[in-house]
Amino acid sequence: MTSVDPVPPVAPAREPHHFWRLFAIWGVLSAAADPLFYFLVGPHLPPGDMGSAGAGDQFDSNVLFVIAIPVVFAIVIYLLYAVIVWRSRPGVPEPVAGPSSHGNIAIQFAWIGITTVIVMGLFLFGTIELVTGGGSGGGEGSVAIWTLKSPSPLVVQVIAQQWKFSYRYPSLGGFETDALMLPDDTTVVFHVTSLDVIHDFWAYQLGVKADASPDYDNIAYTRTQQTGSFSVRCDELCGVWHGAMFDTGYVVSKTAFQTWATTTEAKLASATKLLPQFSWTYTPDANGADGGYYPDSQDGYSKVEVYGAQPVNLKSGENKG
Amino acid sequence: MNRPKRIAIISAIFCIAVGLIVFAAMAFIRSSPPSVDFTAQSGEPVDLTIQTVGTFGSGVHSTWVSYLVKSPSGKWVHTTLWKLPSNTTVDVTLLQYDSGSPLRNQELGSVTGVQNPTMNGAPFTLVNSYAGNGVAHTFSVPELNINVPLPGINPNAKNACGAAPCTLADAHNTVKFSFNTGAAGMYRWQCFIPCGLGFLYGNGGPMQTIGYMDGFLEVS
Repeated sequence: MTSVDPVPPVAPAREPHHFWRLFAIWGVLSAAADPLFYFLVGPHLPPGDMGSAGAGDQFDSNVLFVIAIPVVFAIVIYLLYAVIVWRSRPGVPEPVAGPSSHGNIAIQFAWIGITTVIVMGLFLFGTIELVTGGGSGGGEGSVAIWTLKSPSPLVVQVIAQQWKFSYRYPSLGGFETDALMLPDDTTVVFHVTSLDVIHDFWAYQLGVKADASPDYDNIAYTRTQQTGSFSVRCDELCGVWHGAMFDTGYVVSKTAFQTWATTTEAKLASATKLLPQFSWTYTPDANGADGGYYPDSQDGYSKVEVYGAQPVNLKSGENKG
Repeated sequence: MNRPKRIAIISAIFCIAVGLIVFAAMAFIRSSPPSVDFTAQSGEPVDLTIQTVGTFGSGVHSTWVSYLVKSPSGKWVHTTLWKLPSNTTVDVTLLQYDSGSPLRNQELGSVTGVQNPTMNGAPFTLVNSYAGNGVAHTFSVPELNINVPLPGINPNAKNACGAAPCTLADAHNTVKFSFNTGAAGMYRWQCFIPCGLGFLYGNGGPMQTIGYMDGFLEVS
């Protein structure tokens, strides 16, 4: 009778430390992707940075992306890792639930803690961004919540009607024109109103968007930061030609703006004389074909003075926001 | 009648009913005023004669204000869709038969984007809507920067026109001007005066209906 040598027990393969593997992959990819996105993609995010309000929108979106990218990476990397590493292989027994499947208090606390920090951080970030920044392009009603620090902004009144925008410059002789021209490097206050139904003034690249309502003066700020063109659209369904209610506005150098303003003021002088007295709102005749474009004198001209909209000498640099 | 026959008859009636409903819906969706074609005219300029009436006087919307256009054959057509040749000068004769009012936005009192504007033979570039008979309508093509205010007639005129098409014997103002059609494309045009009497802010009804106070220049 021969004796059989017993088979020596095979030591089980040592399980790699999956968490640190995942963490390393996630950390490297996130550390690389975040700055790449912020510096390469971020400057091209809509609505652009032609105006300070738009730049603020762009910055906020950039921050949200920088926070979201690691979160997305964590989910996707874990998914791919699980599919690859823990996939079913021939000859290898199906994995069975280990101790961690019964709960891992550390992971649970980490999950709750991290998500709480992210959400509360975003809440704080959003609140701070709303409070600071010296104004908003979003339209804040007739009494703006966050007042403007600039002593002498350029005031532009946006008058919407079915189906066009016209623009009145109270500090430049009060002329009214279909062209929206703005000087570069200047704080601009848009006073948005309507002569009929509700419209919405949306100067996209400037990050300015404010409802235009009859009998209502809606205020939005921005500071122009670079020259170029921007699109203006009505963003409130306002009738059959709503889709055609758009303009192209321009931010030009201060010198070019001064030339345009002087030329236009002279060209429109006779028409300007016929315009009603400047007012923040105008009360149209709701009965229709009877015309009427009545300044709401109770609201007066005083707010222009509050915002320092006296004739602005752009060349001397008085208009500093 | 056996069961298969009944099913066949019911199915046929059902199909006919569905077909009629679809036909009616499509006919409504695709309904449009006719286009008047001026592209066949040889040489420049193209003559375009149009009129504005205070009340159309017949049809479904007999009380609505409206534009009409005179076709190349000399017939008045109730439409606001006009086919024009591109890069061509158009000489417009506009017969304005409606009364006016102060403008809601006096900016529209300025004539822009056209050449040689005259009103009853006299050159004009601006209308003071607070004086005289005010402004009745505008002829405006925003993409071509065209705006022509059309002064109103005397509201007490005894020979005011009551139904379209109006004639030269009716009280009217004659506005003439020229413009260049530019590149090919669809250019929307409209009256910017809220002249839809009885509608909120005057912008309903004819102001929002192709064939009355807005339409297209189909430039080709």
